[in-house]
Amino acid sequence: MSASGFPKAGVVLSLDGLQALIDALAARGYQVLGPVEHDGAIGTGHIAGIADLPAGRTDRQEAGSYRLDDRDDGALFGYAVGPGSWKRHLHRPIETLFKVRRVGDELSFEPPREPPARTALLGVRSCELAAIAIQDRVFQGGRYVNTEYAARRANIFLVAVNCGDPASTCFCSSLNTGPRARRGYDIALTELVDGRHEFLAEPGSDSGAALLAYLPNRPATEADWQAADAVAAHAAAQIHRRLPAEGLKEALQQHPEHPHWEEVAARCLACANCTNVCPTCFCTTIDDHSDLDGHGAARVRRWDSCFNGDFSYVHGGAVRTQTRSRYRQWLTHKLANWWDQFGTSGCVGCGRCIAWCPAGIDLTVEATSIVDSISAEAKAHGVA
Amino acid sequence: MTVNPYLPLPYRVIAVRQDTPDTATVELRPVGAAIPEPAPGQFTMLYMLGVGEAPISVSGAPIEGAPLAQTLRGVGAVSKAIIRLQPGEELGVRGPYGTIWPVAEADGHDVLFIAGGLGLAPLRPAVRHVLANRERYGRVSLLYGTRSPQDILYRDELAMWRRMLDVQIEVTVDRAHRSWHGAVGVVTELIPRAGVDPSRTIAMVCGPEIMMRFSVQALQAAGMPCEHIYVSMERSMKCGVGLCGRCQFGPDFVCKQGAVMRYDRIAHIFTVREI
Ligand SMILES: Cc1cc2nc3c(=O)[nH]c(=O)nc-3n(C[C@H](O)[C@H](O)[C@H](O)COP(=O)(O)OP(=O)(O)OC[C@H]3O[C@@H](n4cnc5c(N)ncnc54)[C@H](O)[C@@H]3O)c2cc1C
Ligand code: SF4
Ligand code: SF4
Ligand code: FES
Repeated sequence: MSASGFPKAGVVLSLDGLQALIDALAARGYQVLGPVEHDGAIGTGHIAGIADLPAGRTDRQEAGSYRLDDRDDGALFGYAVGPGSWKRHLHRPIETLFKVRRVGDELSFEPPREPPARTALLGVRSCELAAIAIQDRVFQGGRYVNTEYAARRANIFLVAVNCGDPASTCFCSSLNTGPRARRGYDIALTELVDGRHEFLAEPGSDSGAALLAYLPNRPATEADWQAADAVAAHAAAQIHRRLPAEGLKEALQQHPEHPHWEEVAARCLACANCTNVCPTCFCTTIDDHSDLDGHGAARVRRWDSCFNGDFSYVHGGAVRTQTRSRYRQWLTHKLANWWDQFGTSGCVGCGRCIAWCPAGIDLTVEATSIVDSISAEAKAHGVA
Repeated sequence: MTVNPYLPLPYRVIAVRQDTPDTATVELRPVGAAIPEPAPGQFTMLYMLGVGEAPISVSGAPIEGAPLAQTLRGVGAVSKAIIRLQPGEELGVRGPYGTIWPVAEADGHDVLFIAGGLGLAPLRPAVRHVLANRERYGRVSLLYGTRSPQDILYRDELAMWRRMLDVQIEVTVDRAHRSWHGAVGVVTELIPRAGVDPSRTIAMVCGPEIMMRFSVQALQAAGMPCEHIYVSMERSMKCGVGLCGRCQFGPDFVCKQGAVMRYDRIAHIFTVREI
């Protein structure tokens, strides 16, 4: 058995085989989305074939910086994650919940009846699969379900790509969410560019297995598996950032008045970039969009952020007026409260919030600094 | 397919009763399907076409066949529009959501209600429940404070409760004209004088956060254990069902683990500023 719980089975696809995969998905009625380069970054968009993928491109990411560069092996997936996560295809940035009409005094409420399109996401990284699993818990794991999310989720086909070239901002290995996909995919690909250009493809579901069987392929040999293991080992060795392994939840939850929150607030611009790029952040607001005749309206939900001033607004003013309280809310929610709420961390280690923070604030550094100062203090008081 | 939790049901306004100059109670009946019967302490999301939605506690019932009653202070767009509705007009209702006052846990105990201002509205269903089942409880007291005599809610009902011989009702106002002959001062000052036995009393506290903070302090000073104190929290709410993330209060969602919360569960963050 492989780690996915599916029998360890694999086939090798050539570049033509990968094209055949995209064609087969399209033929089965899926719109296929994959990584595409636009506006100086690698995001997600419609792809008709492998020619649309960012061949021979890679990314260089640091705290507060992201830029694209060339690579000489022609790899199609030789980069980590860009600013646009797959979240937007499941949990839409803006979405109409229902429409209301008034005739006389009578109100009627009509949910939109557009059936969700079958969508294949190709090139989903291991950390992204973990993020989708987290949003599954948030949106469909409780008593009330985000029905728009659930409808789309049920129509998603996931083609994962195991990472070969993590960015410096990646820290999935510290959260056990990557760099190699373990579960939650229909098919997982490992790109092999060791003097050839092929893909080891592993099924993670019955529909993934059925699709692979249909494609032109050859069975994977022991050498192919070793090559894929080498890619994973090389990737894991490149990851250096990490979150504190112990005491993180307690440190954040029990020290809301820690002086470090003030210190971060001096740098944080409260711009909400981190929550926008984060693949697990789920907070929303709802607006009324009135029809011009005044007799109808649409209720429209859109992404919101705990960094926005009106996010905590109750009559009389915002609860969190200071940047310090907003950053504290974000980090404490993400790394600590999430455990109580959903039985998992809210962070998958994708590093997006580090690269896309204009002030270069790195949550791994901030969290470590708080945990370290608390354990140092505990030691000084002899309770370590 | 699971139901869309954001979808309201149309309700028709039966009556709007002006309680104070800025506060009114709307009585509503379902046009078609009804929401499940709310329990004391629960709230609904009320939706006004073209304006928006607001979380509002149920202030009426729990009486079979009674209309859904909710008391609103007109402070902003939604609340002002709702209290201006005329009988026959419709609005949207979804819910009921949230936790309930510990009227079951208080069985066999003394009960102390402490209300500040509009906080009497969410408490009224619990007071009514306790009084309707009077034999199950020990001493019952209600301490109620408002800004001024004209802000006192439900005057007729308060007078009726006061006529019951086995209920202690104390009302105080922050400031008043000479025409007011009742107590003047904040509601927390009534706590030491109420003569409650802290070990056998369950306290239910509702009002502005600052008033609840001082009330909890006074109750603790009187020796009441944290597990006997319940408060009702207010946070920004857009969904009421745990999906929008806005009502977070530490690890809790006020819409799910609240609004009524047992104090020992939140004591560690209750006094943290801007949490
Ligand atoms: C569990 C619970 C129970 C409640 N029960 C009651 C009750 O029984 N009776 C009662 O009267 N009230 C109650 N409230 C409070 C009530 O929900 C608010 O007063 C109500 O939302 C006000 O809505 P509004 O449109 O009238 O006022 P506004 O203050 O105008 O707020 C409307 C919305 O617009 C947004 N908004 C408005 N102004 C701003 C601004 N300056 N900046 C950013 N955003 C803004 C806010 O997000 C707000 O939700 C309760 C609240 C909670 C959480
Ligand atoms: S908090 Fe940052 S590193 Fe963690 S999942 Fe969100 S964007 Fe990625
Ligand atoms: S965090 Fe891990 S799984 Fe995600 S892109 Fe980086 S290396 Fe890949
Ligand atoms: S009100 Fe939306 S999560 Fe509580």
